[in-house]
Amino acid sequence: MSKLHVTTSVNGQPEEVLCEPHQSLLDVLRDELGLTGTKEGCSTGDCGACSVTLDGRLVCSCLVLAAEAEGKEVGTIEGVANPDGLHVLQQKFLEHAALQCGICTPGFIVAAKVLLERDPNPDETTIRYWLAGNLCRCTGYDKIIRAVQDAATELAHEA
Amino acid sequence: MGDYAYAAPTSLEEALSVLESQANDGQRTQILAGGTDVLVQMRSVDKEPRTLVDIKHIAETNELSIGADEIFIGAAIPSAALNENDELKGLLPGLIEAADLIGSTQIQGRATIGGNLCNSSPAGDTIPALVVVSAVCVIASPGGSREVAVGDFVTGVGQNCLASNEILLGLKIPRPRNNSADAYLRFIPRTEMDIAVAGAGVALTLDDGGTCTSARVAIGAVAPTVRLVEAASAALVGTKVDDDALSAASAACSDAASPITDKRGTVEYRKKVVGVLCKRAGGIARDRASS
Repeated sequence: MSKLHVTTSVNGQPEEVLCEPHQSLLDVLRDELGLTGTKEGCSTGDCGACSVTLDGRLVCSCLVLAAEAEGKEVGTIEGVANPDGLHVLQQKFLEHAALQCGICTPGFIVAAKVLLERDPNPDETTIRYWLAGNLCRCTGYDKIIRAVQDAATELAHEA
Repeated sequence: MGDYAYAAPTSLEEALSVLESQANDGQRTQILAGGTDVLVQMRSVDKEPRTLVDIKHIAETNELSIGADEIFIGAAIPSAALNENDELKGLLPGLIEAADLIGSTQIQGRATIGGNLCNSSPAGDTIPALVVVSAVCVIASPGGSREVAVGDFVTGVGQNCLASNEILLGLKIPRPRNNSADAYLRFIPRTEMDIAVAGAGVALTLDDGGTCTSARVAIGAVAPTVRLVEAASAALVGTKVDDDALSAASAACSDAASPITDKRGTVEYRKKVVGVLCKRAGGIARDRASS
């Protein structure tokens, strides 16, 4: 089987990888590029742990072939923090104890970041529906919702 | 058995020729749009290697046009992009709601109406919604293109009339006239991300006095394929789409349903619920058409 040469951009950095035709973007991020912040949960698009952005759109990286990332811009959890520290969402997840085991957290933060970029002041219902594709077995979700609301408030003050 | 391969043709001619040359080499092909069904199935129920033919780089499958008479929705456009188009949402609110019901935000970023149709699940939410707005499949074939009404496209559970050397380019929908509207409702046990227990789509046109002049009613997840319920349409035409008319349409839908009992619902339950959904969707379509 011949490997495919894929040229893409991950968190603003140009990357070139060789991948199998049916290899997922998730596997290439983790196994070829060493970006293990993106987690594998279900691999069927149900849990959202592998959430990344593809040309700015929120997707499950398990349901994207690495080959489909050719010429695209991929955004992962590793690109969320600022050079001088954590992103507000990351800080608020810590402050609100919006995680326990942490496996779902990168996906939640990547997804919430896209939401706040599109809608800086979402109500609770909007947040819950937007994040309905991210599953968490530890927190019961309330702390996650509060962390996102608090992050939205702080980002609004910064703006 | 062949190997996995991936092709991303940038023109329709190239895509059709990839399908043909792979077939000539004895290699199985699989069209890839959003991949939210295809990739899951490829890793679970059917792992036979194949050439994935990505149709997202073809101009025709990315076309979204809203003309004076006709709307065209390309087969590669993700639901999220459709939902962000206010003009389209205003013209076909029921269809866009049906697309918006499928999966999470992440799934919406990839999943397409064309893919939902080609997956041909009995519970595919966009299929009844497409049938009631008289959508037609535009299919590219080696000899040219052909058109098939959505109601005739799906032939069985997971089966449709698309040949292995053909590509669904998109859906052509007559632009709804004034005082026309559609609506789609489905029932699931939770509020998000589940597979329909039953679904009902209604599209209707009213005259200036609020009398229904035409109606189409279709039901999903209650038979092997979507059912256009003509008796329900007949129960609405000539009425003000009042409670009595909607109850008659509802009863017609329950009668037309021939569901199975499975983990999501029993035969009796599905027959009842599909009638309720028809009644409610009919009321929503009426209110939209008269506003």
